[in-house]
Amino acid sequence: MSAQSQPQFPPVDLAATEAILARYAAEPKHLISVLQDLQLHYRYLPREALERVGAALGVPLAKVYGVATFYKAFSLTPRGEKILRVCTGTACHIRGAPLILSELQSRLKIAAGETTPDLRFSLEAVNCVGACALAPVVMENDTAHGNLSVTKVRRLVRSGAAGSRGRGSAELPRPDDSPAKKAEESEES
Amino acid sequence: MAETAQARFASVEAFLRHAALLKTSPEATQRRVLVCLGTGCMASGAREVAAALERALAALPAERRVALNLCMKKTGCHGFCEKGPLVVLWPEATFYKGVKPKDVPELVERGIVGGEVIERLLYVDPKTGKPVEKYGAIDFYARQTRIAMRNIGLMDPANLDDYLLRDGYQALAKVLAGWSPEQVLKEIEQAKLRGRGGGGFDAGRKWRSCKSAKGTPRYLICNGDEGDPGAFMDRSLMEGDPHGVIEGMAIAAFALETREGTIYVRQEYPLAVEHLERAIADARARGLLGERILGTDFSFDIQIARGGGAFVCGESSALMRSVEGKVGEPRAKYVHATDKGLWDKPTVLNNVETFVNVPRIVEKGAAWYASIGTARSKGTKAFALTGKVKNTGLVEVEMGTSLREIIFGAGGGMLVDGPKGAFKAVQTGGPSGGCLPESLLDLPVDFDSLTDAGSMMGSGGMIVMDHSTCMVDVARYFLSFLTDESCGKCVPCREGLYQMYRILSRIAEGQGTEADLAKIEDLSQAVAVGSLCALGKSGPTPVLSTLRYFRHEYEAHIKEKRCPAGVCKALITYSIDTSACDGCGACLAACASDAITGTPKKGETFQINTLQCDKCGACAAVCKRGAVAIS
Ligand SMILES: Cc1cc2nc3c(=O)[nH]c(=O)nc-3n(C[C@H](O)[C@H](O)[C@H](O)COP(=O)(O)O)c2cc1C
Ligand code: FES
Repeated sequence: MSAQSQPQFPPVDLAATEAILARYAAEPKHLISVLQDLQLHYRYLPREALERVGAALGVPLAKVYGVATFYKAFSLTPRGEKILRVCTGTACHIRGAPLILSELQSRLKIAAGETTPDLRFSLEAVNCVGACALAPVVMENDTAHGNLSVTKVRRLVRSGAAGSRGRGSAELPRPDDSPAKKAEESEES
Repeated sequence: MAETAQARFASVEAFLRHAALLKTSPEATQRRVLVCLGTGCMASGAREVAAALERALAALPAERRVALNLCMKKTGCHGFCEKGPLVVLWPEATFYKGVKPKDVPELVERGIVGGEVIERLLYVDPKTGKPVEKYGAIDFYARQTRIAMRNIGLMDPANLDDYLLRDGYQALAKVLAGWSPEQVLKEIEQAKLRGRGGGGFDAGRKWRSCKSAKGTPRYLICNGDEGDPGAFMDRSLMEGDPHGVIEGMAIAAFALETREGTIYVRQEYPLAVEHLERAIADARARGLLGERILGTDFSFDIQIARGGGAFVCGESSALMRSVEGKVGEPRAKYVHATDKGLWDKPTVLNNVETFVNVPRIVEKGAAWYASIGTARSKGTKAFALTGKVKNTGLVEVEMGTSLREIIFGAGGGMLVDGPKGAFKAVQTGGPSGGCLPESLLDLPVDFDSLTDAGSMMGSGGMIVMDHSTCMVDVARYFLSFLTDESCGKCVPCREGLYQMYRILSRIAEGQGTEADLAKIEDLSQAVAVGSLCALGKSGPTPVLSTLRYFRHEYEAHIKEKRCPAGVCKALITYSIDTSACDGCGACLAACASDAITGTPKKGETFQINTLQCDKCGACAAVCKRGAVAIS
């Protein structure tokens, strides 16, 4: 992750960790389930929480980290509010996923796997989200957007990264102040 | 909900009485408005359509509603995702596609209340140019034989009674009414059911060897990891027919005399988890799962384990480590899961689609099932047809159906007209499978024929490619996928696949030599022999199959430094054909690297500065006049 996009770590409230731990018996086999709930709550796995989980379930911290770094669902750094997952599965790949990904990277000014410094967006390249008939696909949190083209992606980004189908006002960084920008506006109006 | 509030069935007889009663109840004769809420249709706005329909139907005067005897059902995926959102009127089977919220008032007034057919929402057959009214008359469906997907789209997956109306849990009741576990085992063996998760292993044999292994308890696991990119039939089954999965597992558990089952669901499928959880709770509440099922001595329950987003966890031993809460690394194959699986106890792992076939076999008999399909592959297979084909979606056909029939029959043929859009290859079997050329289109598809042709059945992804897809790029894509997903435990897979990836990248960049091809073939051998699990063992297949059938493309990259499909960036240049350009400026807007110059104005044309161009292809994708040339 580039230094520029290194997000800030917010302070960690461990009460949520305790509440999540309370849902499971204190056995090592629940490690992945606990981590999944933590990831959902904090949007990443804070070190303090992992230490607590290791102690509670009787799993050495090294093993906890082993699991936390093995599975793609987990992140050790905070993720953005909106996670844009660009499907790079086979069906999407041959229907233009690489182009969709590069478009999003240049619009959001982050690489796949990174989060914007304001923690609003994370961009990920993932393998098949199971909506292959609508390739190429981008998931915005749990919502799938299918049959995307460069133009549609741009619209998606401009409307506050797809907040609501088409509308919404949150502005995203444009690639730069190139002459292209003007033409882009004229083209889409 | 009403059905969970209903009492447990105290006995098989009580269950059968209820099921029979249901069939004569007003519910059974209700007209249904079926709205697909599968992932595909939702992406096209089905949720809004369902809400609008709900409102419009509720707004009808009460006596009108009673007279119409209507109910609306939110169903799972009909499979024809490309054409969503889909609304089907049942039993008349009128099929509406691409329905938008603004179509709803007309749909309700004319279509439902008035009983007319709304022509503009019908599917138009591209061959005849004529609209088709009925579900079953559409080529896409007419050419299918649905056994595994028999219920999807026709019922509400969250409603147990709906499942009962479609003869759900009849097979389980039949077994519990007097079959012995041995009888069930024999039935599955005689049906010659083979696992749908990829390898096509004989399910009956697997169950038998688990049962004869030493050690108790035995465990049963359903593999809902569906990691192959381009496959989504298991998702549709879990989302659209969760009780079908549960019933299949319960029958298997009865045969295996086990009490504990787990469904391992991929992290990317939250809706599948939701529907399965709901279905499990409902089944438990009605005495179809849990202690003393239907009042008999048989007890069995199911828990759900969510995956963590690792492809290798679809592999049997890695999956079991993951269920145990550990890192998902596979074991060497000489340890059989049927001997030492989950918690080192005898375990049966089967795929979602495998389990869904089980109730039908019990219900209709092994002889019936074995009469469908080919000599060594029985029954049907669901395929996820995607890529450059007109009708993308889920297609379930009898084993032995030809690739041509699937792609050009149900699939409706190629998506794009012209020479670039002509059929080049079909990829089956995901990252363990291969690309088959046009000359093999008449291949009858079953487990063995695909393997013999150098590919694999895999979980059933079928990705159609045309001449705008580069085979070197596809092979490199799969290697990049596999190096990314290799768990890293064994060297041949971790390093071997990576070296192959580097060589292919070199070729794609125009730096390849003829010696590279031999090197790849050598490495493939080493990786296939030396890897611990099938991820590595079958990892070279995509490369080998493309080398076998599309060697000329590799050679073009190596000898002529040319990518015939116009995909490999290092070997192509973009330019603007000034005779076709009308100066609209779309390309200028699309270009993120300032490589295009010109003023958007009628009569003007644009130029691409090749030094600045990063060959992303955005300009070509937006140009409506096809004026961006790739050479
Ligand atoms: C790398 C790898 C990934 C796999 N992924 C899946 C999967 O996603 N779903 C599945 O059912 N089987 C998958 N399998 C096959 C399983 O190991 C196993 O053979 C299968 O689940 C057994 O069920 P079946 O006999 O009903 O096919 C995978 C195998 C390998 C080697
Ligand atoms: S390949 Fe992209 S959704 Fe399946």
